[in-house]
Amino acid sequence: MGLSFDDKIPIYLQIINHIKKEMITGKLKGGDRMPSVREMAEKTRVNPNTIQRVYQELEREGVTYTQRGTGSFVTEDTAVIQKMKLEMSQEIIKTYVEGMKSLGMEAGDILSLLKGYLEGEQDGNNS
Amino acid sequence: MGTILEAKGVSKSFGGIKALNALDLKLERGRIMGLLGPNGSGKTTFLKVIAGLLRPDSGEISIDQNPVGLKTKSLVSYLPDRNTLYPWMKVQDAIEFYSDLFEDFDEDKARELLELMKIKEVAPVKSLSKGMQEKLNLCLVFARRARLYVLDEPLGGTDPVAREKIIDLIITNFREDSSILLTTHLVGNIERLFDDAAFICKGEIVLQGNAEELRLDRGRSIDEIYREVFKDE
Repeated sequence: MGLSFDDKIPIYLQIINHIKKEMITGKLKGGDRMPSVREMAEKTRVNPNTIQRVYQELEREGVTYTQRGTGSFVTEDTAVIQKMKLEMSQEIIKTYVEGMKSLGMEAGDILSLLKGYLEGEQDGNNS
Repeated sequence: MGTILEAKGVSKSFGGIKALNALDLKLERGRIMGLLGPNGSGKTTFLKVIAGLLRPDSGEISIDQNPVGLKTKSLVSYLPDRNTLYPWMKVQDAIEFYSDLFEDFDEDKARELLELMKIKEVAPVKSLSKGMQEKLNLCLVFARRARLYVLDEPLGGTDPVAREKIIDLIITNFREDSSILLTTHLVGNIERLFDDAAFICKGEIVLQGNAEELRLDRGRSIDEIYREVFKDE
């Protein structure tokens, strides 16, 4: 996994987001077995305790579940994945809107610029 | 869990110069701590005290509830900041040397690690480059089944690729029932390995905490916090 971290942000949060993204995009599918803590630590070159924390957090959020003796698995509940997708997109929107507002844009400007961008994208004009 | 290492008010002077100044530090079992500070901050002296090679002038230091002494030498696997193997030795002699010295030394494990690091058993120690000697010493240290690994600059003089290999070796061989205290002044390379970070300056711990919480509280990497703490040093 070519994971590059921003060391300013807690590592465990970055790994959680990375795993969630893999679930949303279908790289990790419902019912897939998660790598063991040790495998994940070696793959990401991160302290196993940090990975342990990631796994605990994912399970607490209901994104994964543990089957005794066999490991940790991705939830098969599509509603959970859908909710995750919405939450992550909300965060991206928030960052975007904050960025636009810091440039002095109003809601109307933001909407029309975004609309224009999306239309351009359809025509293949944005690069 | 529980505490594996506890230092209380540890002081040590050399000819009137204070190397350690009433140093307090606690490390919990199953965790990796980075002891961070510039050259001359007291890191090596402190590790030598933990390893039982130097007696502090005052203060208490215990490992797994035992005061540092003969008993704790069997609990602590210490990597000094320089090669301690005799130059006439071959790598296989070094394995035997460690095997004679330490009851918890696992020869098979040593051979496995050396193979991983591509060090040949028939090679004379003196024929190895500085970086290879560092790897050899690290392999021997990790082939012991110790409670506490104390590593003085494990990333020492090695190149970036070798550093990655050493970091991998530490991650792969870290056991939940053991703990690691390691010093470094190359923080950026290794900060993802730390559960805890302790910053040492003039023989005192000036800042200590959970690495993730330090990042969260300050919005900075451990490397940046290091630069901030030691900007006047």
